[in-house]
Parts: sequence; structure tokens; C-alpha cells
Amino acid sequence: MQKRAVVSVVGKDQIGIISKVTNVLADNHMNILDISQTILQDFFTMMMLVDVTELNDLEELQQQFEALENELSLKISIQLEDIFQAMHRV
Amino acid sequence: MSIAFTEIQETMRMVQMESLDIRTVTMGISLRDCADSDFDKMNKRVYEKITSYAGNLKTVVEQVVKEYGVPIINKRIAVSPVAEILGNATAEQAVEIAKTLDKAALDLGVDFIGGYSALVHKGISKGDQVLLDALPDALSKTSRVCSSISVATTKTGINMDAVKQMGNIIKKTAIKTKDSNGIGCAKLVVFCNPVEDNPFMAGAFHGSGEGEAVVSVGVSGPGVVLNALKRFPDADLGQVADIIKKTAFKITRAGELLGRVVAERLHVPFGIMDLSLAPTNALNDSVAEILEEIGLERVGTHGTIAALALMNDAVKKGGAMASSYVGGLSGAFIPVSEDNGMIRGIEDKSLTLSKLEAMTCVCSVGLDMIALTGDVSPETLAAIIADEAAIGMINKKTTAVRVIPVVGKQEGDTVEFGGLLGRAPVMGVNPFGSDKFINRGGRIPAPLQALIN
Repeated sequence: MQKRAVVSVVGKDQIGIISKVTNVLADNHMNILDISQTILQDFFTMMMLVDVTELNDLEELQQQFEALENELSLKISIQLEDIFQAMHRV
Repeated sequence: MSIAFTEIQETMRMVQMESLDIRTVTMGISLRDCADSDFDKMNKRVYEKITSYAGNLKTVVEQVVKEYGVPIINKRIAVSPVAEILGNATAEQAVEIAKTLDKAALDLGVDFIGGYSALVHKGISKGDQVLLDALPDALSKTSRVCSSISVATTKTGINMDAVKQMGNIIKKTAIKTKDSNGIGCAKLVVFCNPVEDNPFMAGAFHGSGEGEAVVSVGVSGPGVVLNALKRFPDADLGQVADIIKKTAFKITRAGELLGRVVAERLHVPFGIMDLSLAPTNALNDSVAEILEEIGLERVGTHGTIAALALMNDAVKKGGAMASSYVGGLSGAFIPVSEDNGMIRGIEDKSLTLSKLEAMTCVCSVGLDMIALTGDVSPETLAAIIADEAAIGMINKKTTAVRVIPVVGKQEGDTVEFGGLLGRAPVMGVNPFGSDKFINRGGRIPAPLQALIN
């Protein structure tokens, strides 16, 4: 079964956010299934649904995102999709 | 996207801004097969059984937190009532067992281990008495061991002999731990109608109807409920109940998912979800503040009971729909020292001991984490327990007493317990005695409510 995770990115809007975040995913051979982005009161907000079936350890990816978080002052989190399904779908 | 943008944002807001968390994942473990007439063998078996069953608890929970992005604050263990295996032991040996539990908890990285318990609501067996005799020492010589004693049920009435003993035990424990503000008493709960699958401390134990091992989950989330209500300042009370219900539903679904994942990875059955709203001293993570948001100027004023009843019921209704197995205490907790709103209520002289007692009629537990003046007598402590037990017995609900007499402190002082246990203003008790009532001893017969067959 496909295992999916939600990557969310929140922070001050600036040039190159999408490219830098998606590069991390591409480097880890991860496929993006859906993507949605908006600017809310000057804040860049992006949610991506990614395929993590092949990934055993989310932690490694989280560490790579951490470096990017510091570089661009963003908040990036990755969570398995099930938690959102559980909370918002009956 | 199958999940809407706003829904993802809502979950993230709940976690990051509104203190949504899973309060505890508690593993229940039966110690019955550890019983042995040779004490050393028994002691060794207890340690080995706990550390082998819960060996991966911490690792698994931490892994699940990382993957799902919802914090799980505590990892805990509840064992079957220790008194059951103490029939041949001495009080000194019972203290040794407490130390063994403490060491197991320390080695496993869990903050509390519950189940240093005895069920004496009708009578006191040999093992029960050994445990009761050992309690003040056990609680003062360990830091992670929690004890609960059942002194009453609706079915059996109130064992006033046990109640009297508990008054003495609380007093002794307070004196033995006076250098740390009576902290030993913060790990001791006296119950009426205890539940066998409560994952919350200090009252958790693995009941006699439970299996070998089980994982149960306690959710939290007063902060989430409070923030949800703040978005609808003009809602009527029916709508208020509805907002709480919907929020409780979402919180519970998150808890149930995480609980099931943890249980599966530990190869242990999933037990129950406890739907309690458990406050913490974190900003805005307060049950009292929810009541104030509903419309009370200060918690404790007239209307407090009605607002609490509304909230408690709405939490249950929302949670019950969200989980397949609901259990534990499931309601709202009103610990004083762990809830900034309750502390303020007392400091502002709005909330009194009598009002707290009355509040326990409509919420999930009882007098919880209340600091009392150091000169309170054992008989008065026993009488406080008897009152709470009577409320539980007649209303067929769980009630509990976890009060902390603080040696050397007067009414109006404040004591710090540290960490999750928080701080509390010291409260005074009624100056008139109840000594004769307590010293009569005996049992208060089971009420008519018990005759349901």
C-alpha cells in the first residue's frame, strides 16, 4: 500500500522556496503527488502530499529539512497523512 | 488533494499553537504471575517482567511522535495492584518492591509507574495491609512510583476503617516528604469506584479484568477547546456544547490513531482511549479558562458547576463517537496545581474547597492536587476522603482524593511541586473536627443504588 506524508512549509515569502524544498525531495527520490500553495498575510504557506512508501525513516528527511529551515527561516514539517485522515475524515 | 488545505492548517495550528498533544501512552502489565513465596525471586521477576514487556515503549513512542508530528507527552506503565502479590511479604519487603518499580521506570525512561495499589473497598487482606503499612516509606523513598487505594464502591459501600488508615497514611507521607513540600502525597490517590483501565497518573493501575499487557491512551487538549470557543464568542450554550463536541472528536481521533500504531508496534493489544481533558501549566492549557471563556468571570463563582457539567458532557459525546473503545475516567480533570486558571481562582478567593468538592459531582474525578495547611489532622483528611467517596458512591461515578498537606505552610502560602505537578496555593480546611465520626470505624453500607439486579 502506498504510504503518503504531508510536507508543510510556512514562513516569510522569498524567492526560491519551492525549488529548494522540492530539490530535497527529488534528492531523496520522492515523488510529489499533490501540491498547493498560497500567500497568507505575507506568509508563504505550502502543503505537499508526497509518496513515502520507499522511505523507512522519516527522521533523515526531517534532518535535511532542518538545514533548510535555518537557511531560509522557514518552518517545515513532515507528517504521515493518516493523522489528517483520522482527524478530518470519518 | 484528498485532505483540504484548511484541514491540514487546522491540525498544525492545534499542535503548534494550541498545545494539542496526547497526554499519555500507558502500558498496563499484569504482575500476577510474579508472585512467589521467596521474596528475592519475586522481586527479580517483577523487574524482569516490566522491563521486558515495556523495553521498547520509549523508543516506539518517540518514533511515532516523529512520524505523525503530534507530541506524546508521557510514557507510563501501570501494573496490576501490587498488594495482590504481597500476601507473604513484610512491610520492608513491600518497600523493596516499590524501589524495584522505581528502578524499572528509571531504566525504561518512563516518568511514572502506577499500580502500587490495593483494593480495600470492602475489606483489607493480608497483602493489602502490608502495602498500606509500607506506603509512607514507599512513597518517600521512590520518585516515580504512584499508588492508588480503593476505599469505596457503589456496590460495596465505604470501608471507613480503610478511610481512617488513609488519613494517617497521607499525614505520615506528608511528614516524611516535608523537605519537598509533601511531594509523596502527590503520588497517592484514594479512590471510590476506581476504573481498571485508567491511563492517567497517579491513579493508573492494571485491573484484575485486564489481560497480560495492554496499551491505553489518554488524550489532552484543553488548549484546543479553549481556542475553538474563542472563535465563537457569541454562540449560545447549545452551540458551545457543539463546538466542544466537534473539537473533542478530532482530538480523540488523533489519539486513537496514535495509540493503535503504538500498540501494534509493541505487539500488545490496544485497550482504551481515555477522553479526559487534562490541563497543564502551559499557557492557555487550562480547564478553568474554558469555563471562564464560556462566561464565568472567575472559576468558582456561581454557574461553575453548570458550565463544567456542560463541558464534561460535550467532551464525552464527541469523544465517544470518535473511538471504538472508550474507557478510563473520560471527562474533565480539575487538578488545582496543574491548572493556571484554578490557581488564579483560588488566589482571587473565588474558588474554595467546598466548591471544588461540588465540582467533582459533575466531572470525571475528584479533589486533585490540592495543597492543604500542614496542621490538618489525619481525621480531617479521612473525613475529606469519606465525603468524596460518598459523592462517588451515591452518584455511581469515580471520585478520588489527592491532597497534599504541606508541613509548615499556612493558608494563602504557595508551594511549588515542580514539573508537570505545578504549584498550588495552600488551602485551609474547616476548623471543626470530625474525629468521632472517623473513629467509629466500620463500613458505610452499600446504597440502594447498588441493588440493581
